[in-house]
Amino acid sequence: MDPIRMARASGRGEGLLRPMPVAGGAILVMVVLAVVAFLPAYQTELVTQMLIYAIFAMSLDLLVGYTGLPSLGHSAYFGLAAYATALLALKLALPFWLAAALGLACAVIGAFLFNLLALRTARAYYLMITLALSQVLWSLVVSWTDVTGGDNGLPGIARPVLGIRLDGAGVWLVFVALVFAVSTLVMWTLVRSPFGYALRGIRENEERMKALGYNVWRYKLLVSMVAAFFAGVAGILFLSLNSFVGPQALSIALSAQVLLMVLVGAAGTLFGSIFGAVAFVLLQNVVSSWTERWLFVVGAVYVLFALFAPAGALVWVRERLRSSRGRSR
Amino acid sequence: MSFWIVNTLNGLSLAMVLFVLSAGLTLVFGLMQIINMAHGSFYLLGGYIALSVIQASGSFLAGLVTACVAVMLLGAGIQRLMLQRLHKQELPQSLLTLGLLFIIADVAFWLWGGNAQLVPKPAVLEGAMTILGVGYPVYRVAIIGMGLFVAVLLWLLLERTRVGALVRAGMDDEEMVRAMGINIPLIFTGMFAFGAGLAALGGVLGGPLLGMFPGADFEVALLAFVVVTVGGLGSVRGAFLGSLLVGLVDNFGAAWFPQFSLFTVIVPMVIVLAIRPTGLAGRA
Repeated sequence: MDPIRMARASGRGEGLLRPMPVAGGAILVMVVLAVVAFLPAYQTELVTQMLIYAIFAMSLDLLVGYTGLPSLGHSAYFGLAAYATALLALKLALPFWLAAALGLACAVIGAFLFNLLALRTARAYYLMITLALSQVLWSLVVSWTDVTGGDNGLPGIARPVLGIRLDGAGVWLVFVALVFAVSTLVMWTLVRSPFGYALRGIRENEERMKALGYNVWRYKLLVSMVAAFFAGVAGILFLSLNSFVGPQALSIALSAQVLLMVLVGAAGTLFGSIFGAVAFVLLQNVVSSWTERWLFVVGAVYVLFALFAPAGALVWVRERLRSSRGRSR
Repeated sequence: MSFWIVNTLNGLSLAMVLFVLSAGLTLVFGLMQIINMAHGSFYLLGGYIALSVIQASGSFLAGLVTACVAVMLLGAGIQRLMLQRLHKQELPQSLLTLGLLFIIADVAFWLWGGNAQLVPKPAVLEGAMTILGVGYPVYRVAIIGMGLFVAVLLWLLLERTRVGALVRAGMDDEEMVRAMGINIPLIFTGMFAFGAGLAALGGVLGGPLLGMFPGADFEVALLAFVVVTVGGLGSVRGAFLGSLLVGLVDNFGAAWFPQFSLFTVIVPMVIVLAIRPTGLAGRA
């Protein structure tokens, strides 16, 4: 085994994540309060975006980092949930929460159906087929103009009411932060459960897991549905953030972006995905305010990461820490 | 009747552009297990470079040669300096090639602007000819010929030359080829450059039909992905079959169900994969 893989196999998921959910929660609360108190609406929405992308990236990390399923079609579930929710709320005039619940169900059922097909394959083929399946949805949405509005998307979905109206940027951020905290906690618990360790076993050696009597296919199917659920949560939050959903929500570009967030942070560490999401939103907004060449800059950052920190920022930092500690001894 | 002839020929000419493009993608994957996300970028660069050279020199051939050589050099550089360090590491490879996709898209936008531009056809191939009583553009017929020519050439190269034998051996058992003292890194660089060159050739040939515009890289890469997935990753024969299927389905689909253009391409792919997960000609 090469050293990078060994490093990832030995320490992935542990180490930097040990600073307990309590500390994480405290930091989150402080950040959210500070943002709501001091930052104007635009920046507040950026932070909201970061949290939404973080949920989305963590959900993909369950597949890419923990199970070793390289999906390049994860926007399918993000967009599916968002579109289903928007359509049910607009066309059938269902109340938002019911529409959102059904939207999430759509994402999970979609993941079940797609993976009946996709899980017949592995590795590069899995990547290609997930990409193609998400593209089926994208092209359906773009072409079925009567229902989905085509390229114009579906505008005019009001933010939900939860006792109070969740309209203002600050209130909405608090709500999103709550959903983020719960989602993170659930996924964090999941990857530390026997189920999570079985997933890592599948990533490292699928044949051995089969020999040990694990029904690998069922584990993969189940984790795909969980991942789709949280991707759907992110999709619905995004829909409400913008009061709008368009075909971009189902695009390859979005799937690629979220994959990049996971890889930049460090696949196989939920915290890395959060870092990746924050870095991505920052990079996109800061760089695009400096220069028109932001696509170039973003691309260059990815290339540099691939070359110098191929296992992701977190693993890179951990290795630096470890080697400096080794030297001082 | 003319409907069938025209759409079949249109489908075939698209199929041949796709074949030239996808052959590069599938060969690179077959040898090095790299899914090159930036393959469409090589297509875009090829088309744009040809466009500029043709505008400057007036010669289609000069444009074609310059574009292919320039993109091959670029490909060789990318493989030598970057991808070689990430051998067999799929996720960082995806990260790298996606990054390159962004960079090249932005540079192309910067240099060639945001408007769609058609690469000029060679003067000899302007105009129309009559096929089975139907008027049809000469250039499209030439593309079909060119695609078949490339297919035969690739077959000869892979099956009948020493380099081809080394490449096939590398696909089957890289370690063994290495152990026999063959310079496989050189073969890798060469193959990646060759694949990039094929993509550029696809851009030059397809440029007069499909045009070059920001986003063409993504669009065409997607079709190439469909082609190699249907055909089977790593198989040139599969890429040929896949291209025919995708090219024809795309044309007839667009003729019959114009509002569901991409959908009609992807549904047959899903069906093929449901029956044969490794594609028509793929190895398990």
